[in-house]
Order: sequence, then structure tokens, then C-alpha cells
Amino acid sequence: MRLLLFFNQFHRDLKGQKLRTALTTFGIVWGTTSIVLLLAFSTGLKERQLQQQHGMGESIMILWAGTTSKPFEGTPKSRNIHFVEDDPEYLKSMIPEIAMASPEYTNWSATIKYRDKVFVGQVTAGNAEFGEMRNLIPEPGGRYIDQNDIDNKRRTAFIGYETWQELFGDEDALGKTIFINFVPFTVVGVMIKKDQNSSYSGSDRRKTFISYTTFTSIYNRKYLNNIVLKPVEPSHSKDVEKRVDEVLGRKYHYDPTDEEAIWVWDTSQNDEFFDELFMGMNVFLGIVGVFTLIVGAIGVSNIMNAVVEERSKEFGIKMALGAKASFILWQLVAETLLITIIGGLIGLLFSGLIVRVFPMFNLEKYVGVPQISLEIAFVATGLLGIIGFISGFFPARRASKLNPVEALRL
Amino acid sequence: MPIIKMNGLSKIYKTGKVSVEALRKIDIDIDENEFVAIVGPSGSGKSTLMNIIGCLDTPSTGDYYLDDEEVGRFGSNKLAEVRNRKIGFVFQNFNLLSYATTYENIELPLIFSGMPAKRRKTRTMELLDRVGLAERAAHKPTELSGGEMQRIAIARALANNPAILLADEPTGNLDSVSGGSIIEIFRELHADGATIVMITHDRHIADNIPRVIKLKDGGIVDSLN
Ligand SMILES: Nc1ncnc2c1ncn2[C@@H]1O[C@H](COP(=O)(O)OP(=O)(O)O)[C@@H](O)[C@H]1O
Ligand SMILES: [Mg+2]
Repeated sequence: MRLLLFFNQFHRDLKGQKLRTALTTFGIVWGTTSIVLLLAFSTGLKERQLQQQHGMGESIMILWAGTTSKPFEGTPKSRNIHFVEDDPEYLKSMIPEIAMASPEYTNWSATIKYRDKVFVGQVTAGNAEFGEMRNLIPEPGGRYIDQNDIDNKRRTAFIGYETWQELFGDEDALGKTIFINFVPFTVVGVMIKKDQNSSYSGSDRRKTFISYTTFTSIYNRKYLNNIVLKPVEPSHSKDVEKRVDEVLGRKYHYDPTDEEAIWVWDTSQNDEFFDELFMGMNVFLGIVGVFTLIVGAIGVSNIMNAVVEERSKEFGIKMALGAKASFILWQLVAETLLITIIGGLIGLLFSGLIVRVFPMFNLEKYVGVPQISLEIAFVATGLLGIIGFISGFFPARRASKLNPVEALRL
Repeated sequence: MPIIKMNGLSKIYKTGKVSVEALRKIDIDIDENEFVAIVGPSGSGKSTLMNIIGCLDTPSTGDYYLDDEEVGRFGSNKLAEVRNRKIGFVFQNFNLLSYATTYENIELPLIFSGMPAKRRKTRTMELLDRVGLAERAAHKPTELSGGEMQRIAIARALANNPAILLADEPTGNLDSVSGGSIIEIFRELHADGATIVMITHDRHIADNIPRVIKLKDGGIVDSLN
């Protein structure tokens, strides 16, 4: 009840202060918009980078067999290690922290033919989990190589976006027959056009993917090119790496501490790097934002101080009529908060509008799509609330401590 | 027991090294339903006395009992409450909130006393009616004449049925006709049982008020000559 009276009251008082209210609100709108947009663009840029980063796969590990650099239990150093087809399954069975594993065979230069069109590209072979680990996503209607293809050594192919364009132009490729080094394959899927800014064997757009069982039935290969793994948790990758060395060290008889016996590329460490980079950027932007808001707070505080000056007489009158100091105090704090919240909301809406309109400029390719997340909105609102409170509180306290006799004399 | 009782009350203002004794050793008793005029030359301490009576200010020394309570020792929150419930102020320059309507101005003391909205509305309309300005409820003070503004101020002062009405030169900013009608309202209120303390410069007004307190240099005197 009292609260309602109270709000009623300051609504009237605000009406009496149109210009100041408008100016203060504008300041807050400006501050909110700057901060929200800074954070939104930073988020967009990060997403864009991560998306490209994950083009190759998210938190995966690639293992290559190398050459031993330490003698081990009687065997000399400089022995070549080779992976065989069963190794991925073996690792998976020995190390529970591994979620997925696939062998990988590569034919670096294969002739791929459809009708009269010929394209020279790479052929990559893995198991059914390979597609998922490496983010090989089919266009609608198609699919990646599945277990059935693998079990039956079926001649099915999943082709990259550029392979499709080169061979088919605009034509639908699903179900069509292509020839890989004169062996016919049925196209079961075309990969979506994905962004990829890292790779270990060239862009996936230009590759053709088949089952590893089919691959070995056509090409005579004893050893894998490499193994691809995905840990259950990205944070387990260090652990998994250590366990892989233990397991394979036992199998291939090398010193588990030998850095050269097998090489591991742990892509989750790229993510860590990016996380750190963007964390740094966000801290920087955060500091910029905090300073912007401090400047805003000083501005609001100044305006509120002027308001107190100008309205001393009003407070004197109210005190003479029986308003307690606390009433004056909270009335002013509430006024400032209300102004801040309204300004903040307008700022949020305005930022939202800019973010909406932004794609019209076709700059996503460079800076990504700015995003206003719930977190950003909360952070901005929280900061504004604090600022509204602080910048309202001190002038308000001054007002509440006015001597009524002097306030009335003004 | 008088409604206002002051014993040896003094007020000293200190500004830097200079101290001004605005009131010195004041003894006053005012009974319920008295109509008292305070007169005296400018700077004699009239407003200071009025502010202390009205609990806007506190005495430096001496006792002040209002309605049996020793308000001279009250803290600021208690004083605000006393002002709200027991005092009605009427000022020379009206002191209305210029951005609020007459209705909203009169409503203020009722808001501070926490009266529920419905009763507040009835009471405010009653008060507007009492000063003959019911049809001006939605007007801003700037749209009213001086006499009308002062009537609104009186209505506001009466809002919480105060024990005392205090008026500091209520006709000082008015022409003689509207000043006369304001004095007429005070007379009616007095006839209805109100206790009124009024500062005035105007001899004619003072001459027609039953009791006159004369102030000079902060003290009460028998004669101003
Ligand atoms: N806040 C103050 N600080 C210092 N001196 C004051 C203050 N208020 C009033 N005085 C002094 O006290 C004396 C009485 O003032 P006041 O009560 O306003 O007289 P009156 O209302 O009779 O003209 C004057 O000398 C005035 O200058
Ligand atoms: Mg005076």
C-alpha cells in the first residue's frame, strides 16, 4: 500500500522534471548500447572463429605413428612405428575416456570421374564415427558412410562440396555413380558447405570419403595413415594422450615417455588458446565497458546532484508536511533507478535493432554475427542497476539531510 | 494543560565566529482554541519562533512541550511525524508544488500519514470544498490567483486535522481584498475550535486578534515602542 503511494508520488515528481529526466535517460541509453554492442560483437567474432576452428572437428585428437627416439628394453632407438586397422578399436577398449575412434587411410591423388567430368582429388577412408568426429555433415537427403557400408565393404561415397560442384555442377548427386580410379561408387551424401580454418590433410570440401573396409579391399595397404580419436570430455585429452602412450607403448614396445614414437595433435588445445584469446579480449572490453559506465555514473550523479539543488524547495515543502528523511531518500533513489532501467531497456532494444539490421551489410564473413545473449543482457542490466543505485544514492542522501528550514528559504 | 508550553527557550545561530541569539528566554503558554498573533519588527525572531513551534527546528536551550510531549528533544523522524499529525503550516509565499495539481498538493500530507487511497480522495475533496475551490481540483497552482493559492495552502494545512495551525505572514503576498478573505477563513476555523498562531505585520489584522505576542530582539516585550 505504502509502496504504491510512493510510486504514485514519484511518478508525479518525474513528470515535473521532463528535461532532466530525458537527458539522464539518454545518457543511460548511450552507455547501455555501447556496452551491449561491444559484447555482442565480441561474442559474434568468437563464434565465427570457433565455427571455423571446429570445421575440422570439435576437440578431437589426431595420432600419427613416428620413429622412436629412445632405446627401450633392449630395442634400439630409431625404430619406425606403424598403426594397423585394429588399433583404434583396441585403444577404445583399453581407455574408457575415449568416446570415438576411427582409422584413417588417405589416397592423396585419385582420379574421380562422373560421366565426362574428371576431377583429381583425395580419397579419405574411415569408419562410421569418422564423419561425426570430423564434422562431415550431409546436405538434407544424404547421409555419411554407415556401419552397413563398412560391414559389407559397400562402394558408397560421401563427397565434399567442391567435389560435387566440379563433377555435378548443379545436378543432384545422390544415387549417382562416380568412378574412383575406375571403380564405381554410389554417392550417398554430399557434405554441406562448411567453414574450416585448420586441417591436417587439406580442406574437406575437396575430398571424397569412403568406408575403410572398402578402401583396403581396393588398395593394398598394411598401415593406417593416422588415427582420429575423440575423448569423452575435452578436458580429458591430456590424460587420454598419456594413456595412449602407455597402451601403444606396451603393444609396439616403446618407451611411453618417448615424444617421437607417436605424434598427437590435440585440437582441444587450440580451443584453449582461443578461449584464452577471447577471455583476454572480453576482459579488455569489460574494462572499457566499466570505464564507460563509470563515466555514465558520474554523469548521472552530476545530474542528480543538480536535481537535488533545484528541488531543495520541494524537499523542504515535503518535510514541512511530514515527509521523513527516508521517504525523500528512497524517492530519489527510486527515481534514478527507474530512469536507469528505462534507459537501459531502450538501450537494449536499440542494440537489438542494430544487431538485427547488421546482417544487411554482409560483413558476417569478417566479424561474424553479433549476438546478444541472455548473459550479456543480464550483465548489462546488473551493472546498470548498480550504477543507478550508486549514482542516485549519494545525491539522495544529501537531499534527505537537508535542513527543512533552509530548504524552504530557497 | 496548555497545548503549547515554552520555558526559558532560546535559539542561537552560529555562523562561523558570529553567533546570533535569535530567541532569548522565551516563556509562552498557548491554550487550545486560542487565536494568537505574533508581531514585531523584521529580524526580531518571529519566524524562528514559528519554526520551533512547528517542529521544523529545535531550540538551543529551554523546554518546549507540544500537546504534553517534550518535542524539543525529538529526533528528525519523530519531528516529521509530529509535523505531519499535529501541525498545519501556511507560508507567506504559499509553498505549493508548482508541477502538481491543487488536488495533489492537498493530498501530500495524507500520503505521508499513510491514509488509504479511498479515504484520501474523500478527504481531499472535502478540503477543496472547505476552501471553496472544489472545481479547481485539476488546476496547477500557477493557474490560480494568490488568494486562491493561499486557500489551497490552508486546505493542505488542515489535511490531517492538526492540533495547531501556524501561519507566517499569510497575507504578506496578497492584496487587501484576498488577504481579508484569508483572515476570514482563519476566523471561521477559530470559531470551529482551531488553535491558531499567526505572524503578521499588519496592525489592522493584529488589532482584531484576541491575543498578541510582541517580539523584539528575540525577546517578548509588553510594548513595541
Ligand atoms: N539560519 C540562520 N542562521 C543565522 N542567523 C539566522 C538564521 N535564521 C535567522 N537568523 C537570524 O535570527 C534573527 C531572527 O530572524 P527571523 O526569525 O527570521 O526574524 P523575523 O522572522 O522576525 O524577521 C535575525 O537576526 C536573523 O538574521
Ligand atoms: Mg520572518
